[in-house]
This record gives sequence, structure tokens and C-alpha cells, in this order.
Amino acid sequence: MTILVDQNTRVICQGMTGWAGTHYSAAMLEYGTRIVGGVTPGKGGTYHLNLPVFNEVADAMRETGANASMVFVPPENAAAAMIEAIEAGMPLVVALTERVPVQDMLRVRAALKQSSTVLVGPNSQGVLSPGVCKIGVMATGSERKGQIGILSRSASLTSEVIAQVSAVGLGQSTTVGIGGDAIHGLSMRDCMQLFLADRDTHGVIVIGEIGGSEEQELAELLTEIKPDIPIVGLVVGRHAPTERRMGHAGAFAQSAANDAQSKINALEEAGVIIAKSPHLVGQAIREAMAVSV
Amino acid sequence: MKLHEFQSKALLSAGGIGVPEGRVALTAAEARDAAAALGATKIAVKSQILAGGRGLAGGVQLVSTPEQAGVAAAAMLGRTLVTEQTGPAGSRVNRVLIETAVRPVRNLYLSLSIDVASAEIMVLAGAEGSEDIERRLQSGETRLERISMGTGNALAEDVAINLAKRIGLVSSDLPSAFAQLLDQLRRIFVELDATLLEINPLAVTEEGGFVAVDAKMIIDDNALFRHPELVALRDEHDDDAVELVAQNRQLNYLRMDGNIGLAVNGAGLGLATLDMVYAANGKPANFMDIRTTATSLDVAHGFTLLLNNPAVRSILVNVHGGGMQPCDTIADGLGIAMRRTGRTCPVIVRLAGNNAEYARFRFANFGCKVIDCPDMWTAVTRATSAAQSNGERL
Repeated sequence: MTILVDQNTRVICQGMTGWAGTHYSAAMLEYGTRIVGGVTPGKGGTYHLNLPVFNEVADAMRETGANASMVFVPPENAAAAMIEAIEAGMPLVVALTERVPVQDMLRVRAALKQSSTVLVGPNSQGVLSPGVCKIGVMATGSERKGQIGILSRSASLTSEVIAQVSAVGLGQSTTVGIGGDAIHGLSMRDCMQLFLADRDTHGVIVIGEIGGSEEQELAELLTEIKPDIPIVGLVVGRHAPTERRMGHAGAFAQSAANDAQSKINALEEAGVIIAKSPHLVGQAIREAMAVSV
Repeated sequence: MKLHEFQSKALLSAGGIGVPEGRVALTAAEARDAAAALGATKIAVKSQILAGGRGLAGGVQLVSTPEQAGVAAAAMLGRTLVTEQTGPAGSRVNRVLIETAVRPVRNLYLSLSIDVASAEIMVLAGAEGSEDIERRLQSGETRLERISMGTGNALAEDVAINLAKRIGLVSSDLPSAFAQLLDQLRRIFVELDATLLEINPLAVTEEGGFVAVDAKMIIDDNALFRHPELVALRDEHDDDAVELVAQNRQLNYLRMDGNIGLAVNGAGLGLATLDMVYAANGKPANFMDIRTTATSLDVAHGFTLLLNNPAVRSILVNVHGGGMQPCDTIADGLGIAMRRTGRTCPVIVRLAGNNAEYARFRFANFGCKVIDCPDMWTAVTRATSAAQSNGERL
């Protein structure tokens, strides 16, 4: 088993006829992902990568039976594309677009409130279940099918951790890039719940970083439910350079300490095994799995 | 993109918000003339830097004559102002704002910002605006009232009026004037894609009007494509000019004070590398995250910055090639920069992921001598010891 995607995932690509949509759709088809069509307004009725193109997400869903969409639409129209998929009732939307304006994301989040869609991203590298389904821009080759779930805010660090996990002889059930932007869809907390509900995920690695308070919210969940599988954490940014601040009382009002050490402390108190260094995550999960077996 | 006070006030004024009459001066003589033109008996001379805490650091002076304004400006211009928000390096003052000082009946606090947790626009209002509001909030001396503005649609009038009353605006027309002000600010915030709009203090005048005595605005960099007119407001003479040019080259570059030049693809891996360098007792000369959208020429620009920094004793390149940016793009950038600058210094690389092997061929083709390490920690420790031995020859 996996989370978010499985062998029955049928994917459409919003923005498939653009450069990024074409390039990454082709790579995903090669990986074995079942891409069943694309959406580009004005190009409905044509074919691209030998797949049918539709004007609207709703048409594509009806005609192809798609149950997931990936958004490769440029920032100018990315939020509108996400909202269209959400309103069409698409179960899973993975938004790969970077640099989506934050006020646009407020509208996307408002649309999500009234729907059952799970949005991953934006600014996500995607979702990968080795050998099953890849929706995203990540390189493949070092992943292995297995029982470790990986949940991350950072694409490059996820690639690194996947390689470390495979190198110690373990594999991944699913890896999820929840996205690097402050305002995004699926939260760390919700993603962890999906992993904990998956029978075939036997351990989880959480990769956090400075900023926001999602690691603390995740820690609250873990304290509450005390999962019976090992959770390994890595939080980076302990020594991040301080930028000049345009300080304001709003930042104060949001209050939650967003530095690395506060996050590490919160996760550690919730029972998460903190990797001693970014190069020791593979070792940490191997040791944790050996103990739990 | 942070805006200067004078820029924020111009945008507020265009949106119908009251601001003090004022002019920007680049020299003491201009400051004196500007003060004379205002014809006021109480004049504020305000350093224009992109950080807060100016007043408490001596960056704002109140004077009574144009001559005094000139003297105050002369003391500020060209100097580096260090405030609690600039960091120890401070910010150079290139301009002053000369304004008619406002005589407030009361000073309020008002801001609009993005609340990450709720994904909504948050309004914060306080009965007592002041420059040290963060400290006063922390100590509990004052408090702020908070309401949500959702995604930026107009508030129901009674919600705004209720907020006005909660911050002590009760008499006559003040609550409805406040509601109108808040709606004007909402329009400005939404139309300009702001992420912060803070007015502190917001003066209530004897006539029952509102004047923004100070203003801070930050515009969402990701939304600048919608606002070409705002791009021109970017301060190219700011201390961060090098960082701004790097931004345009798809590089997140920040100067630091150590001796190891750092280049990493991706912010998360970059932060991880920084942490490891410190753990190995190394000192980074910079943080540089190469965005996935950077081309090899962009990457070359970044490496040129590193190679031209005389403080750099070794260069550490930590790359995990992803689907969007293979290792060879980074290798080409480094090769171009090394040829261009002609500088030799130990270059320690860790290459993994997409096209790592091909990147090694690229290094060879460029004639780049690099120390190729099998894993991150080896690379970090090698770069640290190379920097400490004062740039050993290869």
C-alpha cells in the first residue's frame, strides 16, 4: 500500500502542452504513471504525447476517469487551475508550480475548505511511490520500494534522504513533498495521519525546516496519538543567516517560535528520533527500524 | 520586496489615506530646502532604510527650523544606521524624508498581514501605537485586537465599527471613519499584492481624521509580474544590491562572515549544509541556494561571486541533482566561473543524483581540478580543513 497514489491513480496534467508539462509528463509516462490526458484551455480536442487534451478539468475527468491532477501551469494562472480542479471535485491535486502569489493561495485555501480535494503543494516536487506511481518533477533512480514514508518541505533534501534510506537497505512506501511555500495544501500533520493509517508504512521520516509552525502542530498530533511506528525527524536551519527584518507586530502576534531548535525540541518531546546530522538520516531510520522489529 | 517609508506613503496617499506632507532629500541642502518649502514649525527628519527600529537608534529627529533639518540630515546621510532590526552590519542611509510633524490626539496601531495558519488576511489594531510596540506587546503593557479579513473581500461595516470601538474609538464619527479607512487599506493591500501593510503609529488628528505617521509595506515578490510599476521602486542602491542581482539570476545569495564559499542546489539542502559546516567548526562566507530554474550561466554568476570574494579560502559545492536541475548544470557553471576569474582555490564537491557522473566529465572538460567527495560529511570536513589551512594549494 501507499498513500495518496496507487496503481489505480489516473492522472491528468493541467498545462500539459507547455514546456514543463510536456517534459515532465513524458518522464512520468516513462516511469509508468498512468497519465490519461491533459488540460489546456483552447486546445481541447487535440492530442499531445498521444493523449487527449481537454479545455476543462471537468471534461477531462468525465472522459478519462481521471482521479488525480498535476498542475504545471505558470504562476500567473496556477491558482485558477488549482481552483478549477478543486471545484471539479478532483480527489488529488498535485501543484508543482513555483512562485505562486501568496494572495492567490488564500483563494485556493478558501476553495479547499468547501471540498474533499487533497491539494499537495504548490512548490512541491511531487508524490512518488517507487515502482507504482510518480507525480512530480523528482529525478528517479535512487528510490527503492519499501516501508518508509517520507514527508518533506524541501525537494533537494528529499532526494538526499531517499538516497540515504535506499543506501542503508530500506525502501520508501511513498515520498511526499508538501511544498516549500508558507501557504500550501496538505499539512505535515495531515500527511502524517495518512502515513499512520497506511498498513504498509512501517516508519516515517519527517524533514522540516525553519519558518512556520507545522512541525509544532505535527508534534501535538504525535503527542496525542503516540504512534507505534518509529518517526525520525530532521530539522534544518539551525544556523540560517538572519536576514534584515522589517519587524512588525504581526510577526509577534503569530507568536509560535519558528526557529529550528524550537521545532527540534517539540518533535523530540513528542517522541520523534532526531537525526544528529543531515547525513545521518539513513542511519537513524535503520537503527530505529532495527529496534522496532 | 520591502518598500521604503516614503514609497509606502506615496502608495497610501494614492489610495486615499492621509499622510504627512513631506519630501525626500538626498543631501543636507535638499533637506534644508525641503523643510523650508514645508513651512512648518515642527519638522521630522527621517532616515530611509529598509528596516525598523529607526527612531530608537537615532534615525529620526524632530527639529524646528530648515537649518536644523539640514544639520540633522547631514548627520544621517551617508552614515550606517544600526537598529535592532538591521543586524550588526546596519544599513546605509542614502535618503532622508523631510515631513511636517503631526500633532496627534492619539496614536493607534493598525496593520494588515497574511496569517499563515488560517491562510487569511489578518487585521491587527491597537489603542496605543508606538515604535517599541513589539517590546510592549511582549511585556504585556499593551495588546492588539485581531480580526480576519478572509481572502480580502470587503468587511461588513459593523465588524469594522466593532473593531474601532475595541481600540477605544467611540466618539462621534470616528468609528465609521475608521471603517472607511480600513476598507481603503484593504483595497491597497489586495490591489498591490502586499504581504504586510503596517501603520504605526496611526495618528488621530484634532479634526477627527487619520494620518499615517509611519508606514511599512512589503510586496509579494511572486506577484511582481502583476505590478511592473512597483518593480521600479526596488532600491538598487540598497546594501543588498548584490543579493538582488543574484535573485535575478535564480540564486538565493546571502553574505556571511566566514571563509568557506558555499553553493548548494535547493534551500533545504542548503540549510542542511550550513548546519553541517558549523557542526564541523567551519565558517561559511555565504549562503547560496541555486534555484532549479537557474541555467549554467546563472550558476556561473553565482560562482563568480564566490571566487571574487577575497575572504573565501575554499569552496564547497553540495549538489543532489534533481529532475529539474541535473548535476552537470552546476558543473558547467563552476567551470565557466573558474575560467572567467582565473582564481584558484580548493574546490570540494559532492555530487549525487541526476547526471552526477556526467558532471564529472564536464569538470574534466573544463580542466577544473576539484576534490570529489563521496558523501556530504566528507565534503564538509574537507572544505573546512582546506579553509583553515589558509587555502592550501591543490
